[in-house]
Amino acid sequence: MTLDSLPKGTPATITQINATKALKNRFNSFGLIKGEQVTVEALTLAKQTLKIRINNTRIALRISEAQKIEVSQ
Amino acid sequence: MSTIKVALIGQPNVGKSALINAIGNTRLKVGNFSGVTVSKKRVSFSRDGIDFEITDLPGSYSLTEYTIEEKVTKDYLDHEDYDLILNVVDSCNLERNLYLTTELLSLHKKMVVALNMSDEADSAGISIDEKQLSKMLGIPCIKTSAIKKTGIDDLLDSLIYEAKHALQTENHLQFSAPFEEEIARILAFLQNKHFIHESPLKALAIKLLREDKATYQILHEQPIWTELQPLLNQSYQHLYLHHDIQDLDDIFNDEKNALCKGLATEVAQPTVKQNLTVTDKLDSILMNQFFGLPIFLFLMWGLFQITFEFGSIPMDWIDAFFAALVDGTKNFLGNTEIAAVIADGAIAGVGAVILFLPNIIILFLGIALLETTGYMSRAAFLLDGFFHRFGLHGKSFIPLVSGFGCSVPAYMSARTLKNDRDRLLTLFIIGFMSCGARLPIYVLFVGAFFADEHAGNMLFVIYISGALLGIFTAKILKLTAFKGEDEPFVMEMPKYRLPSAKLVYHTVSGQAKMYLRKAGTFILLASVLIWYASNYPKYPDIELQYEAKIEQSADEHNTTLLNNELALYKLENSYLGKIGHASEPFFNPLGFDWRMAVALETGLAAKEIVVATLGVLYGLGEDEDEGSDKLINKIQSNITFPAAISFIIFVMIYLPCLAASLVFMREARGWKYLGYLFTFTTAVAWSLSFIAFNLATALAL
Repeated sequence: MTLDSLPKGTPATITQINATKALKNRFNSFGLIKGEQVTVEALTLAKQTLKIRINNTRIALRISEAQKIEVSQ
Repeated sequence: MSTIKVALIGQPNVGKSALINAIGNTRLKVGNFSGVTVSKKRVSFSRDGIDFEITDLPGSYSLTEYTIEEKVTKDYLDHEDYDLILNVVDSCNLERNLYLTTELLSLHKKMVVALNMSDEADSAGISIDEKQLSKMLGIPCIKTSAIKKTGIDDLLDSLIYEAKHALQTENHLQFSAPFEEEIARILAFLQNKHFIHESPLKALAIKLLREDKATYQILHEQPIWTELQPLLNQSYQHLYLHHDIQDLDDIFNDEKNALCKGLATEVAQPTVKQNLTVTDKLDSILMNQFFGLPIFLFLMWGLFQITFEFGSIPMDWIDAFFAALVDGTKNFLGNTEIAAVIADGAIAGVGAVILFLPNIIILFLGIALLETTGYMSRAAFLLDGFFHRFGLHGKSFIPLVSGFGCSVPAYMSARTLKNDRDRLLTLFIIGFMSCGARLPIYVLFVGAFFADEHAGNMLFVIYISGALLGIFTAKILKLTAFKGEDEPFVMEMPKYRLPSAKLVYHTVSGQAKMYLRKAGTFILLASVLIWYASNYPKYPDIELQYEAKIEQSADEHNTTLLNNELALYKLENSYLGKIGHASEPFFNPLGFDWRMAVALETGLAAKEIVVATLGVLYGLGEDEDEGSDKLINKIQSNITFPAAISFIIFVMIYLPCLAASLVFMREARGWKYLGYLFTFTTAVAWSLSFIAFNLATALAL
């Protein structure tokens, strides 16, 4: 399952990230890495953008970026 | 050592600027890093007879050069001259912050870590063992709180001590056992070969394992390379096997993440505490699926109301002040050419720029508040979905809406967009949002050609169609000139904070000064030039003729008529008038005569001038404004309906004004882009006006 289909408020663990090197590095510096626990905290009305939380960091992502992150509950 | 030069670096929102402010008695110098619009703050102060010079580097999550900020920071760290690094970290988010710290450690510079926001960590129940962290990192770590002003003295003492005594830091970081094993193998080889290099051999070994290009190049030239290569290959195979991935970058990142996690778990108890904070509560309202957007729109509405309603009060004063100054100068210097160039050229021109200062200050105050409180990233979150469809970014909203007021602050506020391509695209379409200065032209033409009950609707149509045109243009530009992969949208949403008055003051006053200095100098020069072009060459003979006629005429009406005739003659035969005539062929297909052409050309200096120029050219003297029935009558009788429509469309689209163009050039960073913008807007304006003119003519409106 990818992050975009994770229901709001349900914690899950990141299992894999399928992104380009640059984006992966960016994810890395935000602490968005394999093995971390992630929760979707908010969605926009059109469900195009989501706000996730990892530890103490809140991050906004587009749905297209969320599809690159695989999670398991 | 006379001056200690400190490079201040940290991830965004860790309180770097607040920490500088906490030091007190500082002299702050705000500038730009050369060639980029990222602002550079340099602070100098002295303590115990030692001078400090701190360069506040832009907030960076890592040194991977993902954003302009990170590029600037990395460039500075690699190439500039400084004594030590001060790394500020957020105590509440240690693990993520240590990611940058470990990257900085690999630069092998003297370094001190400030564990900032320690008060917040305390109240969140997170305890950090800074002595243990110092030991593990091999550099001093000091607990500080910029808000409570604690730990500042210790931090400065530590900086002084390190600058004077400490040696370069040796990397004490421990990677996983298999990785360390490979490092040791390479290190042993380099030591056995007595290889000498300016940075420690262990660092070199790590870089080799990371496939660092520069390090490869150095060693590739060396005779030991032939022996080293098989060794490295072997190490890579071991690492692949152990990590079960074939990508060294991924492996190294895994190592680094594990390292940060390890460090954080060892020194902080607990590393994270997840309880419902103020931020979470606020977010549940402000980012609510249904209320989030209306709340945002309301806040924006408020901001623009304040900007343009309150802004207009001091604007009237400034306007009156400069009008008085122009008259005063003329009275003082007499009716000479010098007086005219100073008063009508320089003072009037500079006055027109300073006129926008209240707008700029209020708007930037609002933006500074949005940014420092952390709300800006929420706004981008709420709007990104809509804007993304047109190839824009959520943060494009502020510059675009500001564009309805004045393009100058709009171009400046596009700085909040961190990505170059997003920013350029936004800059290109800001002009489509009709600014306040174009309103008088619309009012005049709509008033002349539409019934009163339709005038309001027409104005609305003009504004809305401009905005829609802009958004569709963005889409087209995105598919053509700014083609390319969408930049990923990954943005941190910081904790909400109360803004610091000092910080907001510095931001706003910095922007205001920059606007006054840069636009002011250019405008001064350009205003004098335009004044010259509209007043020269002189025709003394003709002036004498008219003066004689005016003296003879007893009738006041006749005098005005003669005065206008003279003004018209002078303008038509001035350089500007000649340009107007010369450009007639270009404007003829749009239905414009030379007068409209000149009006549009003077409009390049400022849109306010267009109505005044039309007033002069259609023989009414300079005192006419948009409310005048007489000018409306003149326009009705001299301009056809299709030409009027075509004129409105041209005004909607072409270059805003000189001040805006120069600010655009500065923000886009190059004459080249101004050239593109000019060509692009003129081409679009011409084509659409041409279509509208012919359509309206064909329909015989």
